[in-house]
Amino acid sequence: MTETMTADAILQMRSITKKFPGVLALDAVNLAVARGEIHAICGENGAGKSTLMKVLSGVYPHGSYEGDIFYDGQVRQFRDIRSSEKAGIVIIHQELALIPELSITENIFLGNEPARMGVIDWAEARRRSVDLLDSVGLHDDPDTPIKDIGVGKQQLVEIAKALNKDVKLLILDEPTAALNEEDSQHLLRIMGQLREKGITSIIISHKLNEIEQVADSITIIRDGKSIETLDVSAGGVDEDRIIKGMVGRSLESRFPDHTPHFGDVLLEVENWTVAHPNVEDRLVCKGSNFFVRAGEIVGFAGLMGAGRTELARSVFGRSYGRFLSGQVRIHGKEVQLRNVRQAIDAGLGYVTEDRKSLGLNLLDDIKTTTVAANLRKISRYDVVDRRAEYAVAEDYRTSLRTKTPSVDESVAKLSGGNQQKVVLAKWMFTDPEVLILDEPTRGIDVGAKYEIYGIIQELARQGKAVIVISSELPELLGLSDRIYTIFEGTITGVLNKDEATQENLMRLMTADRADSGLQAG
Amino acid sequence: MNALKQLFGGDTRQFGMIFALVALILFFQFRTGGRTLTSGNVINLINGNAYILVLAIGMVLVIIAGHIDLSVGSIAAFVGIAVAIAMRDWHLPWWLAIVFGLVLGAVIGAWQGFWVAYVGIPAFIVTLAGMMLFRGLNQFVGKSNTVPVPEDFQVIGAGYLPEVGPVTGYNNLTLLLGLGAVLFFILSSRRARIKNRTLGAVVAPLWVDVTKVTLISAAVLYATYLFATGRPGTSIPISGLILLVLVLIYGFISTRTILGRHVYAVGGNKHAAELSGVRSKKVNFLVMMNMSILAALAGMMFVARSTASGPFDGVMWELDAIAAVFIGGAAVSGGVGTVMGSIIGGLVMAVLNNGLQLLGVGADATQIIKGLVLLAAVAFDVYNKTQGKPSITGLLMRSFNKPSTPAPPTPEKISV
Repeated sequence: MTETMTADAILQMRSITKKFPGVLALDAVNLAVARGEIHAICGENGAGKSTLMKVLSGVYPHGSYEGDIFYDGQVRQFRDIRSSEKAGIVIIHQELALIPELSITENIFLGNEPARMGVIDWAEARRRSVDLLDSVGLHDDPDTPIKDIGVGKQQLVEIAKALNKDVKLLILDEPTAALNEEDSQHLLRIMGQLREKGITSIIISHKLNEIEQVADSITIIRDGKSIETLDVSAGGVDEDRIIKGMVGRSLESRFPDHTPHFGDVLLEVENWTVAHPNVEDRLVCKGSNFFVRAGEIVGFAGLMGAGRTELARSVFGRSYGRFLSGQVRIHGKEVQLRNVRQAIDAGLGYVTEDRKSLGLNLLDDIKTTTVAANLRKISRYDVVDRRAEYAVAEDYRTSLRTKTPSVDESVAKLSGGNQQKVVLAKWMFTDPEVLILDEPTRGIDVGAKYEIYGIIQELARQGKAVIVISSELPELLGLSDRIYTIFEGTITGVLNKDEATQENLMRLMTADRADSGLQAG
Repeated sequence: MNALKQLFGGDTRQFGMIFALVALILFFQFRTGGRTLTSGNVINLINGNAYILVLAIGMVLVIIAGHIDLSVGSIAAFVGIAVAIAMRDWHLPWWLAIVFGLVLGAVIGAWQGFWVAYVGIPAFIVTLAGMMLFRGLNQFVGKSNTVPVPEDFQVIGAGYLPEVGPVTGYNNLTLLLGLGAVLFFILSSRRARIKNRTLGAVVAPLWVDVTKVTLISAAVLYATYLFATGRPGTSIPISGLILLVLVLIYGFISTRTILGRHVYAVGGNKHAAELSGVRSKKVNFLVMMNMSILAALAGMMFVARSTASGPFDGVMWELDAIAAVFIGGAAVSGGVGTVMGSIIGGLVMAVLNNGLQLLGVGADATQIIKGLVLLAAVAFDVYNKTQGKPSITGLLMRSFNKPSTPAPPTPEKISV
């Protein structure tokens, strides 16, 4: 950032460092946004984009991070979202903050109602909301309840709400993630119009083609560090250039040695089509085909919301979404897995992405958790043999090297890595043939990661079929024998270990099937 | 204090409960000049509260699973009148009438369980509806009249063990039961020690177990003495025995069986339970159904004790049972609670009621004191749980920051 840029910069974030216990989320990040431009921030999942925006908007208050924020000519120390909004910074999150039962007008003015002596002037509110909606190109009746308009229009209502707050700097976090092509294009046009009105925007998006189309400059963040800022108007910036910046790190050798031995195809899924549980007509899996062999570790790569978890959970006893069609074969024999129990009995295991809300009962202790998915194995006449329970838990504690004083300890007291070992033990105790691991190392420190990788490879060595879903490409590249890529519910490609690189994976993860030369096997 | 902790397994909650109960009993014993711990009063206490404690057993399972049941009083009343009429008009023998009552309870429970588990209507609503529904049915079936029950039926609510064997001046069967129980405690605690040692688990020092068994045995023997030395013809009440058997059965089910584990799992984290293969709908159905069966039993015990079924039986019972469960350490959010704790909680309320009555405190003041005790017990619990753990505000703040703050590894539940 040269000093000459300071003059026309609306925002400069200088050397922002944000630490969480055990994690350095942002490491001396710099960001300079010129007044009146559209500035894109690109990076992989977990690179630190959202954390940076939370620092900016005051979600992480001043004092909880290091570094300075210069905004609109002064140093700012935002204490909370209110204080940043007062300064004209409005952030629109991926999950919209609208109230479904209230009307468009009511939502726009929520918390900001035009009132005289505490009585809301609805006529005034309605008049103003018509104007605001007009400026975002929305022509619906402002009395329509939010739940009756589509996601694309809801996004526009959010922008109208921001405009009502005299926004100077608008931050959009993945604004088009849930939108179809037409709505996305409309939104991008509105962003262009806002630019003409002098409103500065920051956009975070995984859709690189959209960024290329709309952004004036791009800052790339990788591993909590700001890597570079690209000036799009100067030319020469295309998707390839952005991807190169996003994945440019070298692969460290942080994986145990492993030589795979493949057996027969163990699990085969064909034409798997599943609809979203609540949203009519939205498919989360679109005719997916994949297979895993015994002894093989198969990776699933995709951006957040691409449908990896949805695919895994729908196969695992239809525990997600509405099943429409498709077959599952285990050992070449078709099986019907209508509920989780049947899936477990058929030899499937699924380690959830979100340990705390889906994977563990935090009120339980280690031994109870270890046997929870296979109580029948240690029970006679449905009475749990507590001696066997203890012995089993103790076995896994030693073999997985779980760090805990005893298996009577509550799982809530364990660190993330040790919790994950207990969850792994729980699924290993069901003796699955196919184990699906969803983000197995999220929130786990480096040392424990290495151990978890070792456990995964050991499972493969024992002839189990292992599926690993991960947002960390280096992890997938280091661990998997084969990698499927998913984009918006479609499997867009499959690459063998030796042909996969971060670049071609990222391309398959962000592009449509039509753009890619590689098709799902 | 450390020694005490070891004695009570480091569970300050359980320790606090037992301590409070003992202190309460001693306090009233002192203030009433010895009128609390007399045979007559203790027998009366058990007879007058057994049905509430039976409800508390069912209620704690419902609450562990994350629900609530407001209809138990009405169900008890409805089953009571139905059984009374069945004996009067259909001339069912007493034992068949009991079976009929339990089956009726099961049918009612299946009805409520269906709405809660399979339709997904919150138990609060379903049982609020049930509260009105079955109260109305009680008055409709009984035409708002009181229906007496025959004497042989009254045994389950107000009966005693017979006198057998040599005349000792005590009730022999009660003595036998008490001695048997003490023997059982000694043997089972010995077995547990051996078992733990072979497992390599942590074994408490010998003095801890010895003291524990001694204290429990002394308490059991003293209770036995009280029950056996009542006026002739009395013993440990049949209602107390029914309660005892239920406590043993349900204590075992809740801690030792797969079904029990599943109840805790569903209440602790329904999603995690389902993804581990637990059929949460089935669990919820069974828990709700079981509650109604126990409510039916409680209703019959009450009718048997009061010798007749009336239109206002069972009013406010649900609240007494719920209070017992929460005093006993259960969490509103589910996943936490024990059968034993709920029984102790129920006994605290019962002793309080009884003691205040003996002291001649009016019903108004009694209500006020009971309300404050409930609040204090739960406040103590919340305070205990928030020591070094997130407070309520801490929890709220954390969910606010959730998206990227790695949450500290602490339970999500606030227990009350």
